[in-house]
Amino acid sequence: MSAASITETGQYLTFQLDEEVFALDISTVREVLDFTKITKVPQTPDFMLGVINLRGSVMPVVDMRLKFGLSKTEPTVNTCIIIVEIELDGEITMLGALVDSVQEVMELDADQIEPPPRIGTRLNTRFIKGMGKQDDRFLIIIEIDKVFSVEELAIAQEMGGEQMDLAENA
Amino acid sequence: MKDKNQEAYREEAQELLAELEESLLALEQSPEDDGLIGRVFRALHTIKGSGAMFGFEDIASFTHEVETVFDLVRDGKMAVTRELVDLSLAARDEIRAMLDGSGPEEAPTKQEIIAALRALLPQAAIEAGFVLPPPPPQDNSGAGAAVTYRIRFRPAADIFLTGATPLHLLNELRQLGDFNVVAQTEAIPLLADINPEHCHTSWDIFLTTSRGFDAIADVFIFVADDSELDIQVIDDGSEAGGDYKRLGEILVERGDLDVDSLNRLLAQRQLIGEALIGTGLVGGDQVHSALVEQRHVRAAQKKRLETEASASIRVPSAKLDQLVDLVGELVTVQARLSQTAINFQDPQLLAIAEEVERLTGDLRDNALNIRMLPIGTIFSKFQRLVRDLAAELGRDVDLITAGAETELDKTVLERLNDPLVHLLRNSIDHGIEPPEARLQAGKPKRGRISLTASHSGAQVLIRVHDDGGGLDREAIRAKAVDLGCLAPDVEIPDKELFSLIMSPGFSTAKEITNVSGRGVGMDVVKKAIEALRGTIEIDSQKGAGTTITIKLPLTLAIIEGLLVTIENDYFVVPLSVVTECVELTRADVARANGHKIARVRNEIVPYIHLRERFDIEGHPPAIEQIVITEMNGSRVGLVVDQVIGEQQTVIKSLSRVYRSVAGISGATLLGDGTVALILDAPQLVQGQAAELAN
Repeated sequence: MSAASITETGQYLTFQLDEEVFALDISTVREVLDFTKITKVPQTPDFMLGVINLRGSVMPVVDMRLKFGLSKTEPTVNTCIIIVEIELDGEITMLGALVDSVQEVMELDADQIEPPPRIGTRLNTRFIKGMGKQDDRFLIIIEIDKVFSVEELAIAQEMGGEQMDLAENA
Repeated sequence: MKDKNQEAYREEAQELLAELEESLLALEQSPEDDGLIGRVFRALHTIKGSGAMFGFEDIASFTHEVETVFDLVRDGKMAVTRELVDLSLAARDEIRAMLDGSGPEEAPTKQEIIAALRALLPQAAIEAGFVLPPPPPQDNSGAGAAVTYRIRFRPAADIFLTGATPLHLLNELRQLGDFNVVAQTEAIPLLADINPEHCHTSWDIFLTTSRGFDAIADVFIFVADDSELDIQVIDDGSEAGGDYKRLGEILVERGDLDVDSLNRLLAQRQLIGEALIGTGLVGGDQVHSALVEQRHVRAAQKKRLETEASASIRVPSAKLDQLVDLVGELVTVQARLSQTAINFQDPQLLAIAEEVERLTGDLRDNALNIRMLPIGTIFSKFQRLVRDLAAELGRDVDLITAGAETELDKTVLERLNDPLVHLLRNSIDHGIEPPEARLQAGKPKRGRISLTASHSGAQVLIRVHDDGGGLDREAIRAKAVDLGCLAPDVEIPDKELFSLIMSPGFSTAKEITNVSGRGVGMDVVKKAIEALRGTIEIDSQKGAGTTITIKLPLTLAIIEGLLVTIENDYFVVPLSVVTECVELTRADVARANGHKIARVRNEIVPYIHLRERFDIEGHPPAIEQIVITEMNGSRVGLVVDQVIGEQQTVIKSLSRVYRSVAGISGATLLGDGTVALILDAPQLVQGQAAELAN
């Protein structure tokens, strides 16, 4: 489940949160939407922003900044919702991830990806699939199923609206 | 391909088994009913026949044994006994197990059932080496299409001398199917010349039957040698209607008239029948007969058309679900169209929008209607359940059902099964007293449980009533005080008190039986009903029985809702729980001294302030609205900023991510595409009550 499992060239969608660039395996991405009005569902944690109407179906949206321990997203023209497919409790579910901006789709060879560092990131290493190198920058390749696992969402609900600090090594 | 056939067989057999069970249970009540015996036999026969055809030899051979017994019953050589019904039910279960593909370890049960069935056979039958004759070949190809025959029967003049009576022959034909006869009396001589010992009459007979040519020929077997007999197929049942031949054509076909004369007459453009008789070409009787033939065949064809039209098709339920989903989206889009049309104020656009609205409404009703199933499909299962359970618990119980034709959404129906099973078990176990106790109490020995379903507006009412001992008011009270649900000195209405037995962990049963008394029952029932957006109410008279009333919405997919707002958020309250809306002013709030209680026409109504409950930022308007809901007989208000109005609400699930959010049961899309959340009123009230209790 780490960089070792990445053996072939893969395509990744990169997006930005604050100053940091993240990458998602393109096969988990359904589509990218502009920011739209979000209806808050009461009695849910802050990072669960609410639901949007996606062509007739109701889609939950998560604020990735809050989820990763940053401040709440202030929508700008660049703000996007990435619709991702995740496996929740053995079933495929879709949800939207609100990010500061979406950058590009890029290819990364296996040798451009390194295992996640044990320390030194602000993010819980469980969420990281590997570190991609591009030019001089590092990309954090996210394991999206882990970010939105049943436990993560369940913890979220028990803790109610409290802000969570998910970064173990912060 | 074979698998597909086998799958089809499985499905069909399941239905037949259900029918078999139903008939057997009914047969137990009225063992003399030939119709029921016939149904049992036919079900068995079809299970066997198609089983052998699709490679279920084990089922076929096993069913054969049961069928053998019922063949004797059908012939009146055996009586229907309780033992026979018991065995047959056991056999039915066995067939079901075989269908489900249970392993060969079931074999001993099978052997036991067969042995027991054989033991039931009358001695004579066994000695005669009774075996059921193989079914006639046409049975396997289905019932065979109904064919219409024209039979012209002109008996020999001296037919009476042979001892045969034409009338009996006609009566025998009448048994074969749909029958019309016309007597040809033209050969009868004048009275002076008549020989009373001769038969002067002949008959034209039109018969629609599926029994085949041979069956008709058999009727005439003893007179055929001397009489003139002409049997012809005039309608082979394959064409789906249309017009039958004209009168002239019929007569020509029969040889009563030649083509030339017909054409000559037709040229005169008179009513053909009158013209024919007028010219003396054809006798009045013959025309009459031809007319009857015309009518008969047309009737037969029409009937066939109707049966074909009413025939049903099987559709996978997933397709229906998809249809309902699509209609749901259409309803949403239509709402948007209507709103846009109103904004544009263009009369033409408005007219179109209105048309679309009407059509969408019809389409929605239709699509939802397709998913409706009569509740009787689950009722019939309960007969068996009650019977078995009553026997197990030593009770004597009749289950009476009514309203089996009441229709409910398939999904609702499926999820209603378990709660109803539980309620029936409760009624038998706790409600109905043992026979002796009933006699002592001056009641009939047999207890009665009635299960009724009926429509009430957009809701379905299901009642489970038993004439048993009723609920013990004091025991429930004591237990409620014990569990801390009720203060010892508080008096509450019976309805509320009884509804306490649906709290988790509540059981007043003195001993735990296999069936009930663990205190997990009623709260599970309540939860299941609430999950279906329904409500449940208990009414009971000590000594006279208990009535449980379940109110359910007709469908789960679309509901009538009341659209309300709080700040900028939209919410929908299901209209089924709303009784009225009243205003709540600042002055009202001040008068209540911080209690969340409103006074509505001198009645005190507690309310939940949704803005606070949901932590919505902003300031409430000076005049807020209370939406008053009624559940389980108690009224609770929900305070919102504004009430917008009624709204057709297509229910969307709120994604698995939000599965456990309390107080919200789903979402819906408004005309402008905004998402509104559907409030789960019972859960909100419960949550509030739990909070207060803490």
